[in-house]
Amino acid sequence: MAAVMPSPPPAPSSAAAAAAGPFPTARATASDRRRAPRGSTYHFKPYNVGRWLVWGAYAAALIVAPLLWTSSLAQTMLSQMGIAIIACLSYNLLLGQGGMLSFGHAVYSGLGAYLAIHTLNLVSGGQLALPVSLVPIVGGLAGLGFAALFGWVSTKKSGTPFAMITLGLGELIWSMSLMLPEFFGGEGGISGNRVVGQPLLGISFGPQIQVYYLIAVYCFICTGLLYAFTRTPLGRMLNAVRDNPERVQFIGYDTQWVRFLAFLISGFFAGVSGGLSALNFEIVTAEVVGAARSGAYLLFTFLGGATFFFGPIIGAVLMVVALVLLSELTKAWLLYLGLTFLFMVMYAPGGFAALIMMNLRVAAFGKLRQLWTSYLALGVTGLTVLLGGSAMVEMLYHLQLNEALGPEMRYLGATLNAKSLDAWFGAGFVLLTGLALFEVARRQYKREWDEVQADIDKEIKRRESL
Amino acid sequence: MLSAGLTLIFSMMGVLNFAHASFYMLGAYVAYTITGWIGFWPALLLAPLVVGGLGALFERGALRRVHKFGHVPELLITFGLSYVALEVVQLIWGRTALPFSPPPSLQGAAFTLVHAPQQSLSLVWGDAPAALCAAASCSKFPLTRAFMMLVALFMLLALWLLLTRTRIGLVIQAALTHPEMVEALGHNVPRVFMLVFGSGCALAALAGVIGGITFVTEPAMAVIVGSIIFVVVVIGGVGSLAGAFVASILIGLLQTLPLTVDASLAKVFQLGPETFGYPLLKLTLAQVAPILPYLLMVLILIFRPKGLLGTRED
Repeated sequence: MAAVMPSPPPAPSSAAAAAAGPFPTARATASDRRRAPRGSTYHFKPYNVGRWLVWGAYAAALIVAPLLWTSSLAQTMLSQMGIAIIACLSYNLLLGQGGMLSFGHAVYSGLGAYLAIHTLNLVSGGQLALPVSLVPIVGGLAGLGFAALFGWVSTKKSGTPFAMITLGLGELIWSMSLMLPEFFGGEGGISGNRVVGQPLLGISFGPQIQVYYLIAVYCFICTGLLYAFTRTPLGRMLNAVRDNPERVQFIGYDTQWVRFLAFLISGFFAGVSGGLSALNFEIVTAEVVGAARSGAYLLFTFLGGATFFFGPIIGAVLMVVALVLLSELTKAWLLYLGLTFLFMVMYAPGGFAALIMMNLRVAAFGKLRQLWTSYLALGVTGLTVLLGGSAMVEMLYHLQLNEALGPEMRYLGATLNAKSLDAWFGAGFVLLTGLALFEVARRQYKREWDEVQADIDKEIKRRESL
Repeated sequence: MLSAGLTLIFSMMGVLNFAHASFYMLGAYVAYTITGWIGFWPALLLAPLVVGGLGALFERGALRRVHKFGHVPELLITFGLSYVALEVVQLIWGRTALPFSPPPSLQGAAFTLVHAPQQSLSLVWGDAPAALCAAASCSKFPLTRAFMMLVALFMLLALWLLLTRTRIGLVIQAALTHPEMVEALGHNVPRVFMLVFGSGCALAALAGVIGGITFVTEPAMAVIVGSIIFVVVVIGGVGSLAGAFVASILIGLLQTLPLTVDASLAKVFQLGPETFGYPLLKLTLAQVAPILPYLLMVLILIFRPKGLLGTRED
């Protein structure tokens, strides 16, 4: 039983905010306040400044970003990021919150994209009266429908069998996409035109910036809804199913049903992202349902951090940056990506989000100053390793792919001869020195990190005992 | 038949190896290189050993580290490895297909079916003489495929004997189900896991060597077999050796037999293009063949979720 507290008169601003608050907790405050005069328990909930700040900053970032980066490349990338954020968040509903490792998530976003583009073509053909801005919802409903169909089969199992089944289903849809050119458009895909009908308030969705803001609005609403979902009883149950399915079954819940519901919701949001991508690119090709796309969702959701709600957002931004910029920069980008992923799984299973949160915790206790020299050492030695290693990789690739151009190649502004022993020896030397120094720095860092963590734990205990 | 060998390892390892197909591919490539140095037959023996060693190293360096986090990180790390392996192969051997042809002793036909106009079918061992084929229609059965079957059968038999009839098999099986107990009895369980994983990779590589000479040795070869293995495991029942065997034969038949049938539902019922769903109905059985295994998997999941011969339902 919670302690009965005297009910202080709530600040008027708090009451207004609570009434307007979109989150369940805010509503709880309002209902508690109503009950308070009748003399029941009153849980004092302060006005949650931090939450409004975070969501406000998120919205502001979405609004301001295209004004800061105005080039058309940046706008396309930002649009793709918005789409990827929805897709990765919906994927994380399965992976992070439900513990379901799906290898076929592209099926739902891809089929959503297909139905959205067909709807768009119906709209432009005059057979259907639907505003263009609602086309992504159609994609979402399509994702929901297919998730209901396939999810019923795949959520019968959990863990590893689930992963295999989603992989098989992904392959099924992928092979069907080549078999049914009437629906999937074969190799060329299906194209559409998003500028349909009379412009409303000057918005025709012709310019990229208007599409971006449509995506941004969808992105913000979907993020909000998905976050709100984590606060619902179903969302909590999903976490319980992930952590301890036996116990959940024991208290009378059907784990399969909980997984299925989560799968449905995830499918819906994946479909929305697919519908947005159909609007954005105005073309949908068969690769949107392919295994490579599913793999990318998995990879980047994990890299961003599956254990935190905001992890996939980082992952989605990274995904677009990697797919658009890194693949331009080097041909071996998949190798770097794979290696990063391997090391991440081994050493930081929480992804970037966890790394950030751990360091925020250290900073909150004012201990970051003890660590910054180690970080510097780690960074410098790590860069050395990267420099040597990537020089070798690039030289190998150069030998493999650009044989005709001669052995000379450009690498970070320097000219390397990929066939000379000098360059190989130099790169190998840099790599080995870097590795040795990195190991030294890593041990030092590990020692300091453990010390700091122990200090923080002690500090927490001390504060608790006060 | 090839995936029979592959899938057996899956069940044996306990750890689901997403990079299994990558080891299959590595086997083919390593064997190609060794063949260039010392010939095919040593390569058939050495390549699995090399790849098995690599697999054991990976288990020791990476997989063991994430073992304590549970099954999903294990799956993830092998998934990451499949990316890296693909890129490394492209880095070393290039992106195009390699001319990895079978050795002279495996070239040619195992037997030839001769269909002469006057008589019924007859069978000639080895290549039929050209004169005979000029008069009749010949269809050859390549020697590499016969060799593949032979190796697969031998592998299955050896594996089955090893697992059920020897002490090593007993320890392995026990280590998978009751690791603490086996540890208490004085066996080094991590080393058992490492060896099992390594030998699993070696068997995959063996399959890869034979697959490499029979089909094409190219970077995409891992992707081609990759997903079908999972289907086989699901259909056969997770954790069931015999189930995997039955399922792989079933899938093999399902993938090859329909290719000869050129009928579609639209043809059978003589429907015109105006019927509802005509694009779906006009597909011939041969066209549908690639998705049949996946369809079978879905059906199995609906009607018998534990797989054909599976015992566990989780």
